[in-house]
Amino acid sequence: MIDKKHIGYNFTAVTVPVEEGRLRFLAKSLGESRGIYSNPDAAKAAGLPGLLAPPTFPFMLEIDALDLVDFIELLGEPLQKLLHGEENFSYYSPIYAGDIITVRKKITDIIDKKGGSLQFVISDNTFTNQDGVIVAETRTNYVFRHQ
Amino acid sequence: MTQPTFDSLTVGDEIPTLTTHPVSRHTLALYCGASGDHNPIHVDLDFAKSSGLDDVIAHGMLSAGYLAQMLTNWVDQTAVRSFKNRFTAMTQIGDCVICSGKIVEKFEEDGEKFVRLELQTNTSKGQTILAEAVVVLA
Repeated sequence: MIDKKHIGYNFTAVTVPVEEGRLRFLAKSLGESRGIYSNPDAAKAAGLPGLLAPPTFPFMLEIDALDLVDFIELLGEPLQKLLHGEENFSYYSPIYAGDIITVRKKITDIIDKKGGSLQFVISDNTFTNQDGVIVAETRTNYVFRHQ
Repeated sequence: MTQPTFDSLTVGDEIPTLTTHPVSRHTLALYCGASGDHNPIHVDLDFAKSSGLDDVIAHGMLSAGYLAQMLTNWVDQTAVRSFKNRFTAMTQIGDCVICSGKIVEKFEEDGEKFVRLELQTNTSKGQTILAEAVVVLA
Protein backbone atom coordinates (compact mmCIF):
# COMPACT_ATOMS: atom_id res chain seq x y z
CA MET A 1 0.00 0.00 0.00
CA ILE A 2 1.18 3.51 -0.76
CA ASP A 3 1.73 5.61 2.35
CA LYS A 4 -0.49 8.68 2.51
CA LYS A 5 2.41 10.67 3.92
CA HIS A 6 3.20 11.43 0.26
CA ILE A 7 0.11 13.67 -0.05
CA GLY A 8 1.44 17.21 -0.47
CA TYR A 9 4.80 16.06 -1.84
CA ASN A 10 6.30 18.60 -4.26
CA PHE A 11 8.66 17.26 -6.88
CA THR A 12 11.61 19.45 -7.83
CA ALA A 13 10.54 21.89 -10.56
CA VAL A 14 12.10 21.09 -13.93
CA THR A 15 12.55 23.41 -16.91
CA VAL A 16 12.22 21.78 -20.32
CA PRO A 17 12.84 23.29 -23.78
CA VAL A 18 10.15 22.48 -26.35
CA GLU A 19 12.16 21.14 -29.27
CA GLU A 20 10.98 21.29 -32.88
CA GLY A 21 12.33 17.79 -33.59
CA ARG A 22 10.40 16.38 -30.65
CA LEU A 23 7.14 17.87 -31.93
CA ARG A 24 7.80 16.53 -35.44
CA PHE A 25 8.50 13.05 -34.05
CA LEU A 26 5.36 13.23 -31.95
CA ALA A 27 3.30 14.25 -35.00
CA LYS A 28 4.75 11.31 -36.91
CA SER A 29 3.94 8.88 -34.11
CA LEU A 30 0.32 10.09 -34.07
CA GLY A 31 -0.09 10.05 -37.86
CA GLU A 32 -0.53 13.84 -37.70
CA SER A 33 0.22 15.41 -41.08
CA ARG A 34 -1.26 18.90 -40.67
CA GLY A 35 1.46 21.47 -41.27
CA ILE A 36 1.04 23.52 -38.09
CA TYR A 37 1.97 20.38 -36.09
CA SER A 38 4.50 18.76 -38.41
CA ASN A 39 6.11 21.27 -40.79
CA PRO A 40 7.93 24.31 -39.33
CA ASP A 41 7.65 26.25 -42.60
CA ALA A 42 3.90 25.67 -42.74
CA ALA A 43 3.56 26.78 -39.11
CA LYS A 44 5.46 30.02 -39.87
CA ALA A 45 3.35 30.55 -43.01
CA ALA A 46 0.26 30.22 -40.81
CA GLY A 47 1.59 33.08 -38.67
CA LEU A 48 2.69 30.91 -35.72
CA PRO A 49 6.05 31.41 -33.97
CA GLY A 50 6.84 27.72 -34.48
CA LEU A 51 5.25 24.28 -34.55
CA LEU A 52 2.15 24.12 -32.34
CA ALA A 53 2.35 21.56 -29.53
CA PRO A 54 -0.77 19.35 -29.68
CA PRO A 55 -3.35 19.24 -26.85
CA THR A 56 -1.80 16.18 -25.17
CA PHE A 57 1.72 17.67 -25.11
CA PRO A 58 1.68 18.91 -21.49
CA PHE A 59 1.54 15.22 -20.47
CA MET A 60 4.85 14.69 -22.25
CA LEU A 61 6.42 17.63 -20.43
CA GLU A 62 5.11 16.06 -17.24
CA ILE A 63 6.98 12.85 -18.08
CA ASP A 64 10.12 14.77 -19.05
CA ALA A 65 10.04 16.45 -15.66
CA LEU A 66 9.65 13.23 -13.70
CA ASP A 67 10.99 9.84 -14.72
CA LEU A 68 8.42 7.12 -14.04
CA VAL A 69 11.04 5.02 -12.29
CA ASP A 70 11.77 7.85 -9.82
CA PHE A 71 8.04 8.32 -9.28
CA ILE A 72 7.31 4.72 -8.40
CA GLU A 73 10.47 4.43 -6.29
CA LEU A 74 9.22 7.36 -4.22
CA LEU A 75 5.91 5.56 -3.72
CA GLY A 76 7.60 2.22 -3.04
CA GLU A 77 5.59 0.17 -5.54
CA PRO A 78 6.68 -1.86 -8.58
CA LEU A 79 6.04 -0.38 -12.02
CA GLN A 80 4.02 -3.50 -12.92
CA LYS A 81 1.15 -2.25 -10.75
CA LEU A 82 0.80 1.10 -12.51
CA LEU A 83 -1.96 2.07 -14.95
CA HIS A 84 -2.98 5.50 -16.22
CA GLY A 85 -6.45 6.33 -14.90
CA GLU A 86 -7.13 9.90 -15.96
CA GLU A 87 -5.38 12.82 -17.66
CA ASN A 88 -7.18 16.15 -17.47
CA PHE A 89 -5.92 19.29 -19.23
CA SER A 90 -6.81 22.96 -18.77
CA TYR A 91 -5.41 25.31 -21.41
CA TYR A 92 -4.63 28.99 -20.98
CA SER A 93 -2.20 29.75 -23.80
CA PRO A 94 -0.63 27.76 -26.68
CA ILE A 95 2.78 26.05 -26.43
CA TYR A 96 5.12 26.38 -29.45
CA ALA A 97 8.46 24.94 -30.47
CA GLY A 98 11.12 27.18 -28.96
CA ASP A 99 9.23 27.76 -25.72
CA ILE A 100 10.88 26.87 -22.43
CA ILE A 101 8.43 25.39 -19.96
CA THR A 102 8.84 24.95 -16.22
CA VAL A 103 6.89 21.99 -14.84
CA ARG A 104 5.77 21.91 -11.23
CA LYS A 105 4.27 18.65 -9.99
CA LYS A 106 2.65 17.89 -6.65
CA ILE A 107 0.90 14.84 -5.22
CA THR A 108 -2.45 16.21 -4.06
CA ASP A 109 -4.32 13.07 -3.00
CA ILE A 110 -4.04 9.31 -2.48
CA ILE A 111 -7.37 7.51 -2.51
CA ASP A 112 -8.08 3.87 -1.60
CA LYS A 113 -10.64 2.10 -3.82
CA LYS A 114 -12.29 -1.31 -3.68
CA GLY A 115 -11.16 -2.05 -0.14
CA GLY A 116 -7.58 -1.09 -0.92
CA SER A 117 -7.13 -3.39 -3.93
CA LEU A 118 -6.75 -0.20 -5.99
CA GLN A 119 -5.13 3.09 -5.04
CA PHE A 120 -5.41 6.33 -6.97
CA VAL A 121 -2.48 8.75 -6.72
CA ILE A 122 -3.56 12.21 -7.90
CA SER A 123 -1.02 14.76 -9.03
CA ASP A 124 -1.60 18.38 -10.02
CA ASN A 125 0.83 19.89 -12.48
CA THR A 126 1.45 23.46 -13.62
CA PHE A 127 3.23 24.51 -16.80
CA THR A 128 4.76 27.99 -16.97
CA ASN A 129 6.49 29.41 -20.05
CA GLN A 130 9.61 31.57 -20.41
CA ASP A 131 7.49 34.73 -20.02
CA GLY A 132 6.11 33.59 -16.67
CA VAL A 133 2.69 32.77 -18.18
CA ILE A 134 0.89 29.67 -16.91
CA VAL A 135 0.06 27.99 -20.23
CA ALA A 136 -1.61 24.83 -18.94
CA GLU A 137 -2.47 22.78 -15.89
CA THR A 138 -3.06 19.05 -15.71
CA ARG A 139 -4.44 16.62 -13.17
CA THR A 140 -3.18 13.06 -13.46
CA ASN A 141 -4.67 9.99 -11.83
CA TYR A 142 -2.18 7.11 -11.51
CA VAL A 143 -3.88 3.83 -10.68
CA PHE A 144 -1.99 1.18 -8.71
CA ARG A 145 -3.40 -2.36 -8.83
CA HIS A 146 -2.50 -4.22 -5.64
CA GLN A 147 -4.15 -7.50 -6.70
CA MET B 1 -10.82 25.48 -42.01
CA THR B 2 -14.31 26.82 -41.39
CA GLN B 3 -14.90 27.18 -37.68
CA PRO B 4 -18.17 26.06 -36.11
CA THR B 5 -20.18 28.88 -34.53
CA PHE B 6 -22.09 28.84 -31.28
CA ASP B 7 -25.41 29.66 -32.92
CA SER B 8 -25.04 26.95 -35.58
CA LEU B 9 -24.75 24.16 -33.00
CA THR B 10 -27.46 22.25 -31.16
CA VAL B 11 -27.14 19.95 -28.17
CA GLY B 12 -26.95 16.43 -29.58
CA ASP B 13 -25.00 17.43 -32.71
CA GLU B 14 -22.18 15.04 -33.51
CA ILE B 15 -18.78 16.20 -34.77
CA PRO B 16 -16.94 14.39 -37.61
CA THR B 17 -15.47 11.10 -36.40
CA LEU B 18 -11.92 9.82 -36.85
CA THR B 19 -10.90 6.16 -37.16
CA THR B 20 -7.26 5.11 -37.11
CA HIS B 21 -5.37 2.30 -38.77
CA PRO B 22 -4.93 -0.78 -36.55
CA VAL B 23 -2.51 -0.04 -33.69
CA SER B 24 0.72 -1.96 -34.36
CA ARG B 25 3.79 -2.67 -32.25
CA HIS B 26 5.57 -0.18 -34.48
CA THR B 27 2.98 2.50 -33.60
CA LEU B 28 3.65 1.87 -29.90
CA ALA B 29 7.44 1.92 -30.35
CA LEU B 30 7.24 5.30 -32.11
CA TYR B 31 4.87 6.70 -29.51
CA CYS B 32 7.05 5.40 -26.67
CA GLY B 33 10.02 7.32 -28.03
CA ALA B 34 8.19 10.45 -29.14
CA SER B 35 5.97 10.88 -26.08
CA GLY B 36 8.68 10.05 -23.56
CA ASP B 37 6.36 7.52 -21.90
CA HIS B 38 8.90 4.71 -21.63
CA ASN B 39 6.80 2.41 -19.46
CA PRO B 40 7.81 -1.02 -20.81
CA ILE B 41 4.24 -2.34 -20.50
CA HIS B 42 3.64 -0.75 -23.94
CA VAL B 43 6.60 -2.19 -25.84
CA ASP B 44 8.16 -5.10 -23.93
CA LEU B 45 6.19 -8.35 -24.12
CA ASP B 46 8.19 -9.95 -21.30
CA PHE B 47 7.41 -7.04 -19.00
CA ALA B 48 3.71 -7.06 -20.00
CA LYS B 49 3.50 -10.77 -19.13
CA SER B 50 5.16 -10.10 -15.78
CA SER B 51 2.36 -7.55 -15.17
CA GLY B 52 -0.26 -10.26 -15.70
CA LEU B 53 -1.17 -9.28 -19.26
CA ASP B 54 -1.19 -11.52 -22.34
CA ASP B 55 0.44 -8.88 -24.54
CA VAL B 56 1.61 -5.27 -24.56
CA ILE B 57 -1.15 -2.65 -24.40
CA ALA B 58 -1.36 0.70 -26.16
CA HIS B 59 -0.65 3.91 -24.26
CA GLY B 60 -3.89 5.48 -23.11
CA MET B 61 -2.43 8.82 -24.15
CA LEU B 62 -2.02 7.54 -27.73
CA SER B 63 -5.79 7.18 -27.99
CA ALA B 64 -6.19 10.56 -26.25
CA GLY B 65 -3.88 11.99 -28.91
CA TYR B 66 -6.13 10.64 -31.66
CA LEU B 67 -9.17 12.04 -29.85
CA ALA B 68 -7.49 15.45 -29.68
CA GLN B 69 -6.80 15.20 -33.41
CA MET B 70 -10.50 14.65 -34.09
CA LEU B 71 -11.33 17.66 -31.92
CA THR B 72 -8.78 19.96 -33.61
CA ASN B 73 -9.95 18.81 -37.04
CA TRP B 74 -13.28 20.34 -36.03
CA VAL B 75 -12.17 23.50 -34.21
CA ASP B 76 -8.89 25.43 -33.88
CA GLN B 77 -6.83 24.12 -30.98
CA THR B 78 -6.67 27.58 -29.38
CA ALA B 79 -10.47 27.37 -28.84
CA VAL B 80 -10.09 24.27 -26.65
CA ARG B 81 -10.14 25.31 -22.99
CA SER B 82 -10.17 21.90 -21.33
CA PHE B 83 -9.85 18.24 -22.31
CA LYS B 84 -10.45 15.58 -19.66
CA ASN B 85 -9.76 11.90 -20.31
CA ARG B 86 -10.76 8.88 -18.24
CA PHE B 87 -9.19 5.65 -19.44
CA THR B 88 -11.91 3.02 -19.12
CA ALA B 89 -10.38 -0.02 -20.85
CA MET B 90 -7.17 -1.14 -22.51
CA THR B 91 -6.43 -0.89 -26.23
CA GLN B 92 -4.78 -3.96 -27.73
CA ILE B 93 -2.49 -4.55 -30.69
CA GLY B 94 -4.57 -4.66 -33.87
CA ASP B 95 -7.37 -2.47 -32.54
CA CYS B 96 -8.56 0.48 -34.62
CA VAL B 97 -9.29 3.52 -32.45
CA ILE B 98 -12.69 5.02 -33.29
CA CYS B 99 -13.04 8.61 -32.04
CA SER B 100 -16.42 10.30 -31.74
CA GLY B 101 -18.01 13.25 -29.98
CA LYS B 102 -21.20 15.20 -29.54
CA ILE B 103 -22.36 18.50 -28.07
CA VAL B 104 -23.91 17.97 -24.64
CA GLU B 105 -24.23 21.56 -23.38
CA LYS B 106 -24.17 25.16 -24.60
CA PHE B 107 -23.51 27.90 -22.06
CA GLU B 108 -22.32 31.47 -21.64
CA GLU B 109 -19.95 32.64 -18.93
CA ASP B 110 -18.19 35.99 -18.40
CA GLY B 111 -19.36 37.18 -21.82
CA GLU B 112 -17.96 34.17 -23.69
CA LYS B 113 -19.87 31.37 -25.43
CA PHE B 114 -18.93 27.75 -24.82
CA VAL B 115 -19.97 24.27 -25.83
CA ARG B 116 -19.24 21.17 -23.81
CA LEU B 117 -18.61 17.98 -25.74
CA GLU B 118 -18.72 14.39 -24.61
CA LEU B 119 -16.02 12.49 -26.45
CA GLN B 120 -15.07 8.86 -26.55
CA THR B 121 -12.75 6.38 -28.12
CA ASN B 122 -13.90 2.86 -28.84
CA THR B 123 -12.38 -0.26 -30.27
CA SER B 124 -14.39 -3.15 -31.70
CA LYS B 125 -14.55 -4.49 -28.10
CA GLY B 126 -16.01 -1.35 -26.53
CA GLN B 127 -15.19 2.02 -25.00
CA THR B 128 -11.59 2.81 -24.06
CA ILE B 129 -11.75 6.53 -23.16
CA LEU B 130 -14.61 8.63 -21.88
CA ALA B 131 -13.65 12.28 -22.28
CA GLU B 132 -15.02 15.78 -22.09
CA ALA B 133 -13.91 18.99 -23.74
CA VAL B 134 -14.98 22.62 -23.33
CA VAL B 135 -14.55 24.81 -26.41
CA VAL B 136 -15.02 28.58 -26.75
CA LEU B 137 -16.83 29.71 -29.90
CA ALA B 138 -17.71 32.96 -31.62
